[in-house]
Amino acid sequence: MSKDLTIGEALRQRGVSRRGFLKFCAATASMMALPPGMAPVIAAALEKARRPSVIWLSFQECTGCTESLTRSHSPTVEGLIFDTISLDYHHTLQAAAGDAAEAARVAAMEENYGNYILVVDGSIPTGNPGFSTIAGISNLDMLRETAAGAAAIVSVGTCAAYGGIPHANPNPTGAASVSDLVSDKPIINVPGCPPIPVVITGVLAHYLTFGTIPELDDLGRPRAHYGQSIHDRCYRRPFYDKGLFAETFDDEGAKKGWCLYKLGCKGPTTYNACATTKWNEGTSFPIESGHPCLGCSEPDFWDGGGFYKALSTPTADITRTAVYAVGAGAAAGIALGAMNRTKQKRMAKEHEKVTIDDLEKGD
Amino acid sequence: MNERVVVDPITRIEGHLRIEAQMDGDRIAKAWSAGTMVRGIEIILRGRDPRDAWAFAQRICGVCTLVHGLASIRAVENALDYTIPPNAQLIRNLMNGAQYIHDHVMHFYHLHALDWVDVVSALNADPKATSALAQSLSSYPKSSPGYFADMQKKLKTFVEGGQLGIFAQAYWGHPAYKLPAEANLMAVAHYLEALVWQRDVAKLHTIFGGKNPHPNFLVGGVACPIDLNSDSAINAKRLAQVQEIINKMNVFVEQVYIPDLLAIAGFYKDWGSRGEGLGNFLTFGDFPEKGMDDPSSFLIPSGAILDRDLSTIRDVDMNAADEIQEYVAHSFYDYSDGKEAPLHPYDGETNLNYSGPKPPYKQLDVDNSYSWLKSPRWKGHAMEVGPLARVLMLYASGHDQTKELVTMTLNTLDVPVAALFSTLGRTAARGLETKIIGDMMQTWMNNLVANIKAGDTKTFNEKLWEPSSWPRQARGVGFMEAPRGGLAHWIVIEDETIKNYQAVVPSTWNAGPRDQNGQPGAYEAALQDNHTLHDPKQPIEILRTIHSFDPCIACAVHVTDPDGEELIKVKVR
Repeated sequence: MSKDLTIGEALRQRGVSRRGFLKFCAATASMMALPPGMAPVIAAALEKARRPSVIWLSFQECTGCTESLTRSHSPTVEGLIFDTISLDYHHTLQAAAGDAAEAARVAAMEENYGNYILVVDGSIPTGNPGFSTIAGISNLDMLRETAAGAAAIVSVGTCAAYGGIPHANPNPTGAASVSDLVSDKPIINVPGCPPIPVVITGVLAHYLTFGTIPELDDLGRPRAHYGQSIHDRCYRRPFYDKGLFAETFDDEGAKKGWCLYKLGCKGPTTYNACATTKWNEGTSFPIESGHPCLGCSEPDFWDGGGFYKALSTPTADITRTAVYAVGAGAAAGIALGAMNRTKQKRMAKEHEKVTIDDLEKGD
Repeated sequence: MNERVVVDPITRIEGHLRIEAQMDGDRIAKAWSAGTMVRGIEIILRGRDPRDAWAFAQRICGVCTLVHGLASIRAVENALDYTIPPNAQLIRNLMNGAQYIHDHVMHFYHLHALDWVDVVSALNADPKATSALAQSLSSYPKSSPGYFADMQKKLKTFVEGGQLGIFAQAYWGHPAYKLPAEANLMAVAHYLEALVWQRDVAKLHTIFGGKNPHPNFLVGGVACPIDLNSDSAINAKRLAQVQEIINKMNVFVEQVYIPDLLAIAGFYKDWGSRGEGLGNFLTFGDFPEKGMDDPSSFLIPSGAILDRDLSTIRDVDMNAADEIQEYVAHSFYDYSDGKEAPLHPYDGETNLNYSGPKPPYKQLDVDNSYSWLKSPRWKGHAMEVGPLARVLMLYASGHDQTKELVTMTLNTLDVPVAALFSTLGRTAARGLETKIIGDMMQTWMNNLVANIKAGDTKTFNEKLWEPSSWPRQARGVGFMEAPRGGLAHWIVIEDETIKNYQAVVPSTWNAGPRDQNGQPGAYEAALQDNHTLHDPKQPIEILRTIHSFDPCIACAVHVTDPDGEELIKVKVR
């Protein structure tokens, strides 16, 4: 009998009919000296699907992603870990420690080989195996060993997805992402520093409900959550279009909720669900609380040139030329959101000049 | 029997911690605490815009998710002599206060409780008796027999499903678990309640900082403007939400956390006589009423207590070169003048040098370097920081509410004052200060509302925002009391960028290795204080004392290096 099958499934696979299965349950009830009414209860219990095993590995991380998981209100974290999945290894939450914790990981791998979901948060140092160890094992060895039997890998947080803050210049420990190191497994990236709580649980729920990897963008992120830029979905977007910007943090514009573009907002180049799903049960999101978006779901956002430096600054609202440079000038209402994002990034990086026509063409 | 007991990973903490304990019979003779992960965030900070530093520093830790952000903006503001508006000060106090309450409750239920609470034993509880017990302790409404019967049923279904998930392989049934089944069931119910509660009260950070974890901060004030006539600023609706959260926090602390803490502690009084260790306590002070420049307005005073002597509070100078210093004798770092002499954080210098055993390894070489943590010392003394240090400092400085709470606790548990200096005392102190901070939350909220009523809506000081207005060179220290203890960031600014950045954090003080003189850190000393292991294969006693400190190891590991090129020069054995 394969380990991930319930008894009910296994019996049926061997040709035992539903009727035969119920007979078996009645016999079991009688054998256990239980009243006949218990047979359906036993049947239900036996048929109950095993909760899929999830092994969660934490490497070069700050535990912010785990904290974010616990903030999920729908699905709730308690619903997830007690009713939906079997969270068999998770440093922050598991009761067992030391050898017993490692035994839990090994047992989960053996019992569910080929079928468990591996979640990773944190980057993996490649500069020296001694830069990060668990139970004396290097992060790289533990990743490889645990990834081997995984059905799929979910890289939670920008560190696991793209290297994140340890990978920021000058990357002192040679930090790498999961997809830099594992190439033979399906990997879902769920970036963000941390990711939105319900995005973490939502991605897991998708996989558990539909049994498929959700559709991903070119950076391995589910389109359902990362398909749109924050700028395109931002409730302050109309002010951008009208050319109304906060010039500082408590001026009239800031108070009235005008666009934070000039204060460095990275919403135009950041793909995430903050402006739609929002944070902590829809309470707010960074821009709504007056702070420019840091761009935390994008690779290398730490090295993007300054959180308070305007992303792009068209030279004047009457010319047909916009300069993608950091720092000077006034912005006007330009439909940056329509641009091809790869090109946006390249231009932002290379401080290239683009024209209004480029922007409007959206390519 | 001179066995070496190794616990790695220490779970139910933040970060990667390893404990090795040398046994003498069934007693711990010597213990070593090792941080096993390094990222190098201070190296990454160098050359950046000081106004951006908070975001990097905040990612030191996602559990105490705002403290490094706050320490960082304070460091920049201290360096630039940058004052912030009173409203910004109050909002920061509210955010840090909320962090304490959130953190301490989660620590108690989700990180620490399972050292004292046997989940499996809860299956044998009588729900009616559990209800009677809960109602005898508190007026919390969720305490009916039906409620506990439901909880027990849920738990039963879970356990009988055969997949124990996060509860698998734990030491259930260990004789060190002393609670009656009913107390276990009550605590398990509150474990789940606290999980629900915490995600609601975290919203205070979201209102002011846009998200949690990792809410946003701003040098010069706060980013959320106040405007009662705007739908996009802190307005009456937002303030009402904040008030609601404060109420919710205080109800849980008063009706669930404190009663559970005292009830559980009553069964573990023997833990009031072990696990103290150093007897030296340090605070930097925090929660200013009038700004960081006026320490006399701090709720928590700054100071040092040596050898349990509560009659003498010594002054602490964050800038004095001979007071706060870091040793690297047993850390995986080199100093250019050798590993012996300590350095003040302004002159802090570190070269990564992993000299430990090549992974996979069984045992660390504790005679040489064995941790990614340094060993901070105050005037050469190893010090404990955290809730116990703060409660002792408040008590010693005559804070009335603290004295009342400490007396109430000692009387309720019927233990002597000396029981404060212990694993139990540390865990109790965390609860008591949660109550103190919870009460202050209301005061700060009232003051914020009063300011707005009086027409003051200022939240940001624009004066020094532009780097061109800064001196060419500046340096400063941003200090605070984080939930886990005194935290300070030292920054050196030159030509509008960061020249040097150093964080000396609570868990470095507590979890750091031995220093040049062989003095153990606080964890090590605590484990060497009267610990016997019932079964070395199930070292629950080690977990109890280590968890009483609430370790935060990602915080504790930090590195700076004045010569960037040296970083990749790593010796591998």
